[in-house]
Amino acid sequence: MQLVLEKRAERSGTIALVSPLIAVGLTIVTMVILFAILGKNPLLALHAYFIAPLTDGYSLQEIAVKATPLVMIAIGLSLCYLANAWNIGAEGQFLIGAVAGSWIAVRTQGTDAGAWVLPAMLVLAAAAGALYALIPAICKVKFGASEILTSLMLVYVADLFLDYLVRGPWRDPHGFNFPTTAEFDPVATVPLLIEGGRLHLGSIIVLLVVAAAAILLGRTIKGFEIRVVGAAPRAARFGGFKADRLIILTFAISGALAGLAGIIEVAGPIGHLQPGISPGYGFTAIIVAFLGRLNPLGILVAGLFLALTFIGGEQAQIAMKIPLDVTKVFQGILLFYVLACDSLILYRFKLVFPNRQVARGAG
Amino acid sequence: MQAHLRMLDSTPDGLNSGETPLLRTIGLTKRYGDFLANDSIDIDIWPGEIHAVLGENGAGKSTLVKAIYGLVQPSAGEIHWQGRPVVLSGPADARKRGIGMVFQHFSLFDNLTVAENVALGLDGNESFKDMSARLALVSKAYGLPLDPRREVWQLSVGERQRIEIVRALMQDPKFLILDEPTAVLTPQEADQLFIVLERLKAEGRAILYISHKLEEVKRLCDTATILRGGRKVETCNPRRETAASLARMMVGGEIREVKAASGRTTTAPRLVVNDLSLAPGEAHGVRLDHISFELRGGEILGIAGVAGNGQDELFAALSGERLSKQPATVVIEGTPAGHLSITQRRRLGAAFVPEERLGHATAPRMKLSENALLTGHAASGMVHRGFINTAAALKTVDIATETFDVRKAKRDPEAASLSGGNLQKFIVGREILRNPAVLVVSQPTWGVDAGAAAVIRQALLDLAAAGAAVLVTSQDLDELAEIADRIAVMFHGRLSAPLATSEATREKIGLLMGGSSLEPQEAAYAAGA
Repeated sequence: MQLVLEKRAERSGTIALVSPLIAVGLTIVTMVILFAILGKNPLLALHAYFIAPLTDGYSLQEIAVKATPLVMIAIGLSLCYLANAWNIGAEGQFLIGAVAGSWIAVRTQGTDAGAWVLPAMLVLAAAAGALYALIPAICKVKFGASEILTSLMLVYVADLFLDYLVRGPWRDPHGFNFPTTAEFDPVATVPLLIEGGRLHLGSIIVLLVVAAAAILLGRTIKGFEIRVVGAAPRAARFGGFKADRLIILTFAISGALAGLAGIIEVAGPIGHLQPGISPGYGFTAIIVAFLGRLNPLGILVAGLFLALTFIGGEQAQIAMKIPLDVTKVFQGILLFYVLACDSLILYRFKLVFPNRQVARGAG
Repeated sequence: MQAHLRMLDSTPDGLNSGETPLLRTIGLTKRYGDFLANDSIDIDIWPGEIHAVLGENGAGKSTLVKAIYGLVQPSAGEIHWQGRPVVLSGPADARKRGIGMVFQHFSLFDNLTVAENVALGLDGNESFKDMSARLALVSKAYGLPLDPRREVWQLSVGERQRIEIVRALMQDPKFLILDEPTAVLTPQEADQLFIVLERLKAEGRAILYISHKLEEVKRLCDTATILRGGRKVETCNPRRETAASLARMMVGGEIREVKAASGRTTTAPRLVVNDLSLAPGEAHGVRLDHISFELRGGEILGIAGVAGNGQDELFAALSGERLSKQPATVVIEGTPAGHLSITQRRRLGAAFVPEERLGHATAPRMKLSENALLTGHAASGMVHRGFINTAAALKTVDIATETFDVRKAKRDPEAASLSGGNLQKFIVGREILRNPAVLVVSQPTWGVDAGAAAVIRQALLDLAAAGAAVLVTSQDLDELAEIADRIAVMFHGRLSAPLATSEATREKIGLLMGGSSLEPQEAAYAAGA
């Protein structure tokens, strides 16, 4: 008896929807085993992770706040991945966007500048993220350098650059030597949606981004180009679509969205620039993109789910002393299962019995 | 070495058992999901016979030979080898028992030598030196000359096939399967192959010969088993049948005759190629060498030639997938277009059908409507201000389905789910529906069933009759003879002067395909006199 993968004639639509759910299920089973090994009560741990955060309004808002950068970045990444351009450096583009936008906030600090400050910060952050993403894209197109490596390495460059700024030129003189800028002025801060709550304007912007991406991919010729270039490069060339141009375009969009997410995070929930502004949003967004099937609406759902694991991880740490790193383990296992389950869309399992008794022939 | 000498001196075992066939299948069935690729097939193959398996594409020929070669496990039924039921665990098992196979698509490494390639395909632990010596011996003994030290990329297609045959013969097979061996050969090369096959037959070996070329089967084979839709239709003596009766059995009815409209008139040149030379885009590619021709409206020009002589490169240069620095090398509808992209060329009225259906002409995992958009976005109402008009794309699918009899399970399936013939009808239909002034098509009926091939050829003739210029590249000389007005031959990146189809005998075309020119002195005298 043998288990074989058999190719399906047509992509299975049902499995395409069910596969992420199977992956989530398998991840939870694995986590239960992991919790048991750690000596924690798996049921209580699961409750802390997945149920407790959904039971109070503050946590619900916090989930939306965490999901905002994840979804924003993942939407951009999904365009890259659909076009077969592997941007792994969204974390770096996120940081550079945060730095560029903060530059305006730092320069206008205490100058009583007008309402133009925040829009200018958003625009500059998006532009900086896009330019930063263009470095690996252009290296790829002009010199054939692997965009996976170059985009990843630029993450560390951005990280150290931010570190230098907040420890050096941009450090708050009244900040007791902590590596941070001063709190941004109100005009340089993303407004809250509910007074005294956590939800901010970024959550509205991200919904607009999701809608725009859905229209781009589903309705426009540009979105079609992106999908064909990734799915069948030679057919795309035959269709007259230039893969190189799309690598540049998708990297630029994805960098811009990551940069935008960066400044919204800094000028929103955090309120100032400091090291460690991202708990790995740029990397977690890769999981969000795949868990969401590279589909804008799927990414929205996946982003909320992964945000839940961040909040749940904090709760589990407080309530049960489960290390916060378990959240990262969880996310890694989830990505593994998502990619594994995806093979079920094009293939199906089949049991084969090579040595079965053949019926005596009628000939 | 010794094993081989035995092979040359004596006939293989199992010959004297005249009562049992060498190989027999009883009720052989292979099921893929709901699809029956082979439906209880009984076939007997005797030593010393050349047995043809005839059938259209999708009739189940490949599945049958894969089962016999151990590549797929039958779902039901038995295979008897020398009178005993066997279960073949894989190709290595089949080879060990004395079953060899030469595939249609070669599995050779371009950058390795002949001997290295053969060594990679052999089971057992013979030293490389002994193996090379045996290789030279076998290739000489069978009149299949090969230099073991040449690298494969330097060899012609015919020579590459020789490697595959010699590799199979080195296993001393009692039974050899050949899958469409002449598809890639010039007529002269095919003749040489037939001599080798006759020789193997005289040695008492059995040969299973997969083909859909009826004349060839009538000439070479002792027995023919005809498959249709996964079932065996008949086993007969092909020499007693006519090509028409064999075709009827294959298709299960009369094939629609392709008819050219009478009194086709040619108009002004619509596609002109002026002294086109282009360095190869990739390693081992072919350099296009001063190619010139002129194609008028209402005319079909056929380009013959053994695969790999620059046809792919010419297609890329004409379509704009590769650009030329000189605009005047390719002129479409009077506009120099050598530097223009494929989209701009489409806007000038050109349409293209590449050889590869899946992955080149279509994105396999995308819907037909999206594949209609793939080439239709350039010049039709499918795109408005950057937005896709899905209804227009679907309408193209519907019209193509209707006009060209595309059979599919639902209205808008993925391209990969269609059979080869139906997908090709869709692709050709998609381009013809755009009313092109110039159509460049490569291997229009490659691997397509006879019914679909007739529909496609008729569509090309009708398009020319309506005034378009049509360029057809094909390795099927019968096809070119049927539809082309003139035939030119590609060899090593050069294109011969076109011959009127009436003057283009198989011998002349065959010589050109092999690289000889047609008595240049004689032509010069004629011109001078």
